[in-house]
Amino acid sequence: MKVLVPVKRVIDYHVKVRVKADNTGVELANVKMAMNPFDEIAVEEALRLKEAGGADEVVAVSIGPSQNQETIRTALAMGADRGIHIESPHEIEPLAVAKLLKEVVAREEPGLVFVGKQAIDDDCNQTGQMLAALLGWAQGTFVSGIEIKGDSAAVIREVDGGLEHLEIRMPAVVTVDLRLNEPRYASLPNIMKAKKKPLDSISAADLGVDITPRLNITRVEEPPAREAGIKVSDVAELVDKLKNEAKVI
Amino acid sequence: MSILILADHDDGQLAPATLNTVTAATQIGDDIHILVAGDASGEVAKSAAAIAGVSKVLTADDTTLAHGIAENVAPLILSMASDYSHLMAPATITGKNIMPRVAALLDVMQISDIIKVESPESFQRPIYAGNAIATVTSNEPVKVVTVRSTAFEPAAEGGSAVIEAAAASADAGLSSYVKSELSSSERPELTSAPIVISGGRGMQDGSNFAMLEKVADKLGAAVGASRAAVDAGFVPNDYQVGQTGKVVAPDLYVAVGISGAIQHLAGMKDSKVIVAINKDEEAPIFQVADFGLVADLFDAVPELETKLD
Repeated sequence: MKVLVPVKRVIDYHVKVRVKADNTGVELANVKMAMNPFDEIAVEEALRLKEAGGADEVVAVSIGPSQNQETIRTALAMGADRGIHIESPHEIEPLAVAKLLKEVVAREEPGLVFVGKQAIDDDCNQTGQMLAALLGWAQGTFVSGIEIKGDSAAVIREVDGGLEHLEIRMPAVVTVDLRLNEPRYASLPNIMKAKKKPLDSISAADLGVDITPRLNITRVEEPPAREAGIKVSDVAELVDKLKNEAKVI
Repeated sequence: MSILILADHDDGQLAPATLNTVTAATQIGDDIHILVAGDASGEVAKSAAAIAGVSKVLTADDTTLAHGIAENVAPLILSMASDYSHLMAPATITGKNIMPRVAALLDVMQISDIIKVESPESFQRPIYAGNAIATVTSNEPVKVVTVRSTAFEPAAEGGSAVIEAAAASADAGLSSYVKSELSSSERPELTSAPIVISGGRGMQDGSNFAMLEKVADKLGAAVGASRAAVDAGFVPNDYQVGQTGKVVAPDLYVAVGISGAIQHLAGMKDSKVIVAINKDEEAPIFQVADFGLVADLFDAVPELETKLD
């Protein structure tokens, strides 16, 4: 079985993002970029499945400008076998991403797609569900445990009240959550090896998908800042402030 | 504007986030319907019909609709979509699971996790863990929208909507429910509690959360945690407050032994009053705290508990 893992290039999660002065977006120039952390978990899970004999090939795919090839190389350095870069000029929306991935699925015929539950830039939390819908496949979302059982998979989902166990039919789209695994670091020899692994590049237009944005982001602004608070000297003062000043207890 | 809201529920009770979603809907239009898709969810439908501002409750009752199986609920919503300008749901796990599937099948882009209604076509939503707020305008023929419940007040009771049965669609045969492992607690639900007390890595061990629980019980508070505390196995996943966990905005949020990574702040910085207890004076949590106490939590928390008597 082949496993497809879409990986998104986002601002590194350690970086404090800044809104552009003209309120058109956030500053991306000279900002450290990295693989979306949830997608790292997806890559890791695909690799573990392969190492356990449950998959024979792990293919990483990323959509965006040429710099996205770095993100694919990161996945290859972790251990993915092959990369596909879909060249697109601008940031594209989850619906367009899902449509492009659907075309990749038609070409590659994976048995499973592992994808991060959300990207930490637009925080949309849509792509996996949309891809499953367009393919007519089962979806396991917010997954923190998975066991493949032939033509189905037992998944554990992180839900609002705790955990939920589902049996989903394969092929399926699985969106991964934090507790699924701890992604490995790429070793230096593997980073070197990754440079020689195959990486195909195709354009979004070649896949026949209209990626025109549907939503118009008219303004991006800083959230309202919280006013600076005070330090209290001890617990007694804290309780007094909460009772008599803030009046919340 | 006709608006359909997918109710979040567990077949026994309506999730409170549904009420906040109704409030968001009333800012868009005045013909608001609620869909209760489930199995033997009659009580939920009654609760939904009693929400002020709701004109109709549609019930689809079938075993295939139990537990909010996305592959079965999405086609049901799809079959009703042509009657509505907006399809909405709370941005709970249920809403987040089902609505993108609906949007993709309708070939429209979803607007996730809105915090403000500017107009029926225009909404504000947080991006980058709430470090930026985007205003998004949609010209899609139907707007698929999920709602951040903490950004809207809960709708009042006092409605008397008609309840109508809707035809359930067939089992897609793709996913089946096996079982749940739900945390049981007598304390208020995390996302709607007026007071939340959360612990982080500084708690050192799961058993130390008992200290927070004692304080929580005196305050009528819910107990939450940072990702670090959940990852360390101190508490279950449903305690997690943050960018990718639960978003809370209580009257009082007490962060204990939490350093304050931006991913955690994203889940609680809209709380009305924030208290931080941390022995590291430089911890970023103090930058958002109204009242900061630099102290060893193992001294401060038990003292706090006794001082609340």
